[in-house]
Order: sequence, then C-alpha cells, then structure tokens
Amino acid sequence: MLLLVILFLPLVAALAVYLSGNKLAAKVALVAAVAEFGISLVALQHLAHSQFEGLSYTHAWIANPNINFSIACDGLSLLLVLLATFLVPVIILSSFGTEQANARSLYALILLMQFAMIGVFISTDGLLFYIFWELALIPIYFIALLWGQGKDKAFIQTATFKFFVYTLIGSLFMLVAFIFLYTKAGSLSLQSLYGLSLSPMEQLCVALAFFFAFAVKIPVFPFHTWQADTYTEAPTVGTMLLSGIMLKMGLYGLLRWLLPVAPQGVLTLTPYLIVLSVIGVVYGSILAIQQKNIKRLLAYSSFAHVGLIAAGIFSLTNEGLQGAVVQMLAHGVNVVGAFFAGEVILRRTGTLEINQLGGIRSIAPRFATAFIIIVLASVALPTTNAFIGEFLLLFGVFEYNTWLSIVAGLTIILGAVYMLKMYQYVMLGEKRATVSAFPDLTASELAVFAILIAAIFVCGVYPKPIMEIAQPALSEILKHTLG
Amino acid sequence: MLTIYLLILLPLAGFLINGLLGTKLSKGLSGIIGSATILGSFLISCMYFFGLVGGAAPTEVKVFDWISFGNIHINFGILIDQLSALWLMVVTGIGFLIHIYSTGYMHDDEGFQRFFAYLNLFIFFMLLLVLGNNFVVMFIGWEGVGLCSYLLIGFWYKNQDYNNAAKKAFVMNRIGDLGFLIGMFILLYNFHTLDFNGLKAAVADGANHHIIFWATLFLFIGACGKSAQIPLYTWLPDAMAGPTPVSALIHAATMVTAGIFMICRANFLFTLAPETLHIIAIVGAATALFAATIGVMQNDIKKVLAYSTVSQLGLMFMALGFGAYTSGAFHVVTHAFFKACLFLGSGSVIHAMGGEQDIRRMGGLKKWMPITFGTFLLATLAISGVPGLSGFFSKDEILAHAYEHNKVLWVVASFASLLTAYYMFRLVFLTFFGSFRGTHDQEHHLHESPLSITIPLIVLAILSVFGGFLGLPAVFSQTHWLSHFLAPVIPAVTEGEGGEAASQELMLMGIATVLAFAAIAWAYVRFVSKRTLPAEEGQLSGPAAVVYNKYYVDELYNVAVVKPLLAMSEWGYSVLDKIVVDGVVVWSGRLSLATGKQLRQIQSGNIGFYLLAMVLGIVGIFIYVLTYLQ
Repeated sequence: MLLLVILFLPLVAALAVYLSGNKLAAKVALVAAVAEFGISLVALQHLAHSQFEGLSYTHAWIANPNINFSIACDGLSLLLVLLATFLVPVIILSSFGTEQANARSLYALILLMQFAMIGVFISTDGLLFYIFWELALIPIYFIALLWGQGKDKAFIQTATFKFFVYTLIGSLFMLVAFIFLYTKAGSLSLQSLYGLSLSPMEQLCVALAFFFAFAVKIPVFPFHTWQADTYTEAPTVGTMLLSGIMLKMGLYGLLRWLLPVAPQGVLTLTPYLIVLSVIGVVYGSILAIQQKNIKRLLAYSSFAHVGLIAAGIFSLTNEGLQGAVVQMLAHGVNVVGAFFAGEVILRRTGTLEINQLGGIRSIAPRFATAFIIIVLASVALPTTNAFIGEFLLLFGVFEYNTWLSIVAGLTIILGAVYMLKMYQYVMLGEKRATVSAFPDLTASELAVFAILIAAIFVCGVYPKPIMEIAQPALSEILKHTLG
Repeated sequence: MLTIYLLILLPLAGFLINGLLGTKLSKGLSGIIGSATILGSFLISCMYFFGLVGGAAPTEVKVFDWISFGNIHINFGILIDQLSALWLMVVTGIGFLIHIYSTGYMHDDEGFQRFFAYLNLFIFFMLLLVLGNNFVVMFIGWEGVGLCSYLLIGFWYKNQDYNNAAKKAFVMNRIGDLGFLIGMFILLYNFHTLDFNGLKAAVADGANHHIIFWATLFLFIGACGKSAQIPLYTWLPDAMAGPTPVSALIHAATMVTAGIFMICRANFLFTLAPETLHIIAIVGAATALFAATIGVMQNDIKKVLAYSTVSQLGLMFMALGFGAYTSGAFHVVTHAFFKACLFLGSGSVIHAMGGEQDIRRMGGLKKWMPITFGTFLLATLAISGVPGLSGFFSKDEILAHAYEHNKVLWVVASFASLLTAYYMFRLVFLTFFGSFRGTHDQEHHLHESPLSITIPLIVLAILSVFGGFLGLPAVFSQTHWLSHFLAPVIPAVTEGEGGEAASQELMLMGIATVLAFAAIAWAYVRFVSKRTLPAEEGQLSGPAAVVYNKYYVDELYNVAVVKPLLAMSEWGYSVLDKIVVDGVVVWSGRLSLATGKQLRQIQSGNIGFYLLAMVLGIVGIFIYVLTYLQ
C-alpha cells in the first residue's frame, strides 16, 4: 500500500496543481513534493527494519498477454526513489522567485514526470517498466520545448526534437527486446526473466537492444550528441530533472534489466562497453574544457561523470556497483546544484556565456561560497559525496583493468581543470560590466543551496547507510550476472 | 578520546566560526579565535608528544566505519604514534606562530576573517593527513590541504595571475593524486586493507615484490605532486602569489613535507622496494641540484626561497631514497624552523618595502630592521650548514648517507648545498647590506615590524639555532635522540659503527663546512666587496638566460601539454563531436530506419499533437485501471 501511495501521489498532485491555477501552482507542487519525500522516508524506515510488507504490490492486469501491474522496492529501487523524491521539491523550490508562464502546466508536468520516473524505478514487470519509461519522456519534452531558455525558438525545436527521436529510437530496441523475451518466458515479470535461460546468441541480441535503449538515456559515448543541446536549451528546471534524475533511469536499467537478464551477453560485450564508457569519461572531460557556455560545459561534465558510473557498472564488481549507486545519488545532487548556480547567474545577468562574466565573487560572497562547494563536490574532493563514488568506481574499474582505471582516472585531473577554469572566469577576477548589479542569494535560493550542500557533506562523511541499504540488492544482481 | 576530538575539531571550529560569521567578527576577535584554536591543538599535541617521549604507548582510535561493505572496510581511524606526534608538533607549533604573525601581517587586509578561516581549515586537514591510521584518511587530509593551498594562493582573487597560479597548483597536485589513488588501489586489491598496521602485518611475512614496487612507485608520484619534485615542481614557485604567511606555513614548513611524511609512514613498504627507493634518491638529488641552480639566478625574494624549498625537499627525498627515513624527517623539522623563519622574515621585509619583492630594489635594510635582519641571518646560517646550527646536523646526516650509498649523488648533493649557501647569502647581502636602492618614498617608509611579527621570528630563529640537538650525530653523542624516538615506527638503519666511521663522519663534516664557508665568502666578495648587482631583465644571454628563465620548463609544459589539450578540446567540440560523431550516429540511425525520411518531414507541431494524445491516452489507461482495481 505504501508503495502505491508513493507511486500515485505525484500523479494526484499533478492534477491538483493543474486545477489550483497559475498563482498557487508552485506552492501546491512544493507541498505535495515535500509530502512525497516524507512518505518515501517512511518506506526507508520500513526497509531499514526489514519490514517488507507494503513495499511490493502485484495485481493481475491483462490476462492475455500475461502482464501484471507489479511494483516492488528493494534497496536499489528505494535509493533512486529517494533521489527523485528528494530532488523534485528542491527543483521546485529552485524555481521560486521567477515568473513562469503557464505555471500550472509546468508544475503539473514536473510532478507527472516524477510519477513516471518513480514508476521506472519500482516496476518489476517489463511492460510496466516500458510504459513508465516512455511516459517519463513526454513531460520533459514539453518542458524543454515550451519553456526553453534559448532565444532561437527554431533551435530549441531542433534540439528537443533530436532528443526525442534519439531516445524514442533507443527505446524501440527495448520494446523489441521485451517482445522477444515475452515469447520466450511467457511473462515479463523480473523473476521469470531472471530465471530464463537463453542461448548465447539470444542473450547477445537482448543485451545489445537493452544497451542501446539505456545508452542513449545515460548517455554513453557515442550516443550523447543530443545531450549538450538539450541541456543548454531546456529551462533549468528541465535540465535539472533530466540530468539529476532522468539519466539515472538508464543507469538503473543497466543494473536491473540488462545485467541479470542477459548475463552471458553482458559478459561478451563487457570489454567493449567498458571501453566506450571510459572513452566518454575522457572525451567529455576534454570537450568541457573549452566550452563557452556554463550549461554546455556542465552538460559535457555530466556526460563524463555518468560515463564513469557506466564503467563502474560494467566492471561487474561489487565495488563498481556500490560506487555506481553512491555516485548516482551524488551526481544527482551535485549536477542539480551546478545547474542551479548557472540559473542564479542567468537570472541576474541574462547570460551564461563565460567570457561575458567575471568578478561575481567580490559582490556576492554567499553565492560564491555555495558555488565553490558545488564545484569541489563535482571534482570529488574527499568529504564530499562524489569522492566516495569516484573512489569506488575507479577501484571497480581498476579491478577490471589497471590501465583502464588510469585512463578513467584522468577525470580527477581534467575535472579540476574545467571546473576551476569555469569558476575562475565566472566568479573571480575584476568585476565585469555584466555583473554590476548582482544581488546575493535570496532566501529561497539560499535554502536550495543549503539543502544540497548538507546532502553533499552528509553522504560524503557518512556514506555507510547508503551502502548497507544497497548491498543486498547489488549482491542479488551480481549473483544473477556472474552466476 | 575527548582530547583527540578536541585536537582535530578545534581548528575546524575556528574555520566554521570565522567562515560563517566573517566580517561580523571584528578583526581582533577573529584573530584571537583563529590563533587560540591552534594554540589549543598545540597544547594537546604537546601532551601526546611528551607522553610518547616519556614512553607512553601510541593511541589508535576508530571513530566510525566510513566505507564498509562486502570485502571493503575502511575506518575513519586516528593514530597518534611517534611519527604523527612529531609532525603534530611542527604543524600546530609553527602553525600557531604563523597565526600570531598573520594577525599583524594581514591586519589591513579586507579579507582578514576569510584568511583566518582558510588557515584554520588548513590546519584541520593537515591534522587529518598526519593522524589518519589508513591511507584513505590520509588522502582526505592530503586533498584537503591541497584545497586550502588553492584557496590561499588565490586569496587575492581579483588578480587573475594569482588565480592561475592557484589553479596550476591544484591541477598539478591532482596529477600526483591520481598516482596516490592508483597506489592505494594496488594495495587495496592485493591486501584488502589500507590500514597502516594492517598493511604492515600483511607484508611482514613477505609480499610479492612486483606488487610492492608498483604500489610504492605510484605512491611516490603522489608525493612528487605534493612535495614539488621533478617533474611536478613548477607549481610551487608560482604558489608564492599567496600571502607570505601562507608561503611560510603551507609552502615551506608543513604541506609540502606531506610527501616525505607519507613515505616515512609507509616505510615498511618502501623498504621492500629497493628499485623505488633508488628512483626516489635520484629524483630527489636531481631536484635538489636543479632547483638550487635556478635559485642562484632569481631576484624575487620569495622566489629564491621557493626554489630553495624545492631544493631542500629534494635533499629530504634523497635521504628517503637511501632508506634513511629518520634523516629525512629530521631535515623536515629543522627545515620547518629555518625556512618558516626565512619566509616570515621576507614577509617582514616586503611589508616594510610596501609590497616590493625585488632584491635589486632593496639593500642596507639591516639599519632599519635589526630584528628581522638578525633572525634572517641566523636562519640563513642554519640553512647554509654552518656548524652548530640545526641545518648543519640534519644536512650532514643526509650527506653522510649519500656518501655511504652513492658517491655520485653525494657530489650532486654537496654541490647543491654549496649553491644553497651561495644564493642564501646573495639574498642576505643584497637585501640587508650595502646602501638602499629603492625609491625615496620607500626609504621614508622603512620600519621594523610590530611585535606580532618579530616575536614569531625570534622564536623561530632560536629553534633554527638549537633545533639540531634533536639529532646529534654519533660522533658527538651516544644516542641520536630522534632516531631513538622514532624507532618504533621507523626501524633504525644499521650503520657501520666504530672508529673508522667516526673519522669518516668528521671528514665529511669538514668538507661540508669548508664548502659552505667558501660559498659564503664567494657571495661576500661579489655582493658586498664588489657590490655587484644582478642583471636587469633582458641583459642576460646564453646559459645564464636559460637558468634565469628556469630552463624554460613552464614553456615546455605549455607547448607539450597545455596547448595541445586546449586545441583538442576546441577541435573535439567543433569538428569531432558536432560533425563526425553526431553525423555518424544520426546517419546510421536514419539508415537503419526505413522511416527515416518521413520522420524528418514530420513537423514538430504535429508531433506535439500526437504526444498530447499519447499522454492523455496513457493517463486514461491508468485511471481506468485504478478504478477497475477498486
């Protein structure tokens, strides 16, 4: 029952927000999102005390074909649900203080997206997973298209269209794979798929199909070219939803649906997949260095970071998987903080072009402090959340191959290069004309940063609970994958 | 227990109070909070240090499980043994003096509170670095002090040159840190622990030589970054952009010795890898000589000291390379005394000169600044290796080890020491002797610094003179106190004792002393008797110009690494990513889909309509299912 509430509350809230009108929409959405976070904490409490009733639900849905409405929540799912329920209220709060056109639609779409993403994280039936997967795409498509930030409307259309087609094609492969699996197993429940024995060739095909679908969403090199444009053109709330939560759907998909369902296929493909992921790490990092737009730079940085998460997953080691979980959460928090810092600058100066900015630190010390902490978390300084993640991910890759981990480890050098360079030219130096009036953070902006920064240090200093919650689920996945 | 927490958390509390309240605190109060917290840590350090001196057992505390799952268990653990206690004394003791100094030096700076916040944070991370009972806690401190170094080098953040120097320091340290990480991975993978005691036990009954070699080599790369050794040293001279107390504390006395501390801490690993030790000795000796030659040609008072630091660190590494860990540690301590004194003295001079750092524009300052001059001279005598002073004993020990292990490196190191005595006295003579060469305004402004500045100078000068008694050589004393004290952590090196060794030691001391005095005399003749002045910019040619321009190493790195990286980034974005990768993916996507062309022709408006229909449809299904379920 608890899980059903967690799933459907955002949907109900989306409707309520839409009906509450433009003036109240943001507040209603925030209250609902905070309530949702509270309820997911209750679920955490249950899971921590091994009370599993209420954390799964199955209902016969369609008799023929045999499809069930079945949802369940283990530690892995719950952590991602928590990520979504933690970040959505923060993202809503981050939009306070700015006038949004047609606010009720925007906030309703945000909550609708939360509904779909939570659905993705808890579905245990393939078709249900697929439906939620596609459903999540629709709100973000509209958010990007209708509230886009770019001045050139035609470019926004091209960018969002590219994003849409890209991911749609990716998920078509997934649909085909699911149909194939259904013909083999007679059901799409996780249990039956985990128990299925396919020939190596069949596993290879299924693994490839799943990989394409998830690789586009994550994105893994070379399927990333939709990302930078979309991140740059979408409104910041949309970029936060995409980068903070939605791309974790792809990583989650790898863990839940790719590894255990087609283990033989995965083992065959691992050398290629891990190399592609590591290429993404270095490639994204290098391309980020010379970017001239803050959001575009962050897009490439994010691409590099998730590449490392994917590499950790493909290392097929316990440490790599743990690192992936910790880093999914850490990246979610940090990337939202980074894009929010960009948004704060955009609100005050009207630009995100790095060469037009400079000297903000001297007039907005609070913002400067918040921003440097986000920057340091992004470069995985110890005591921040990302250090734990990167340490374990790189160690996982190291266990797979030493040289690969040295190449992937370049991210800790290059990350410092592009993040500090960006911070230097945006924040330090003499004050530029564009930032002549740069009021320091408002109360709601300060609250957003304070919440994110608290999360950064709590997870960085005491990450053990996260690992304890995730470990049983990861052991299960590894057991199915490695036999 | 409580005292350990206090020891570590006092500086953190100072950071939080100064950082959060900022300019709401008066400068006086901010300085008192900043200094008092460090004094508190110093007193607690004394308690532990003298406890250990008196024979107390080391303290090891597990604060909490940090990273723990499966086969990985990394504690947040603290270890206070003889080695960490020694470093604690240096870090908190000199740290406290420099905090006092800073209350005077930074008095007129608008970022006063911020400065103390960063300084406190630095001490906090330095304590973690020193006190960690495993490599990962050490690494927290290791990267944390790197952060503080970044923040303090770029303290005057309106100047982009300073910011560049700060960024350079952070990035070059990160290169080393990758080595450190890989070294840790090798150990963790093979021994399933990163605890020092655990590793010690694991390698006690023999370990795979190959593994230890690679692990120690990668750890040494980390040490090269932090302790500014070839090829990762170029950040340290640039780091002089930071305020002078920072140069003294972070970039001379404490942080840059972290690499030496790490190797001393892991001496049980390095001893098992003679090849790594050999590499360390060569890199150290090369750095010592290379940096000393550059120091001879520099005219910026802080740059001379910076290259001197790089050179002295090289000597320490050379000692480590001979397995003489205690000698390395000994020189760290004496160097901390005299180099901190020298940097703080240079700060006093810069203060009096109104920000001028070029020694060609100084001269005759001893008339106006007797205390600064006196303390600076004592520290210079100490670093030059004049008999009886601290630097003499610690340097002599290193040279003796060099003579025993490798005569070539002994010659290299002796020559580096000779150069050291020369450039240091060049500095003293040009700064304090002769007649004043600055502007009238500057001359009018010349004054001795206030007590907050001169008292730390005097204390450090006294330590520079007497610090050598921590480790009197065998010739003069029965026991080498420091190596006796550190013996539980660093097993004593077995040395050939006896009459022959003693006479050899005396001979080596004699040679070193003669060389030092010769260099001082040479500097005296050039800069006092003949009143030679270093050439102005652009007047140098040939080898002198090459040395003056630091062998063009920065330029080389720029051409070989920085420029190609930036070009790759530009080209990678505008050509590779936008045209090639995007093109290939989109093209193959279209090819694989028979409907490609049609998809392209669909207007986005229509897509919007279809999507709306789809979303409504899906939501409808759910509502239907839900009502059906009830």
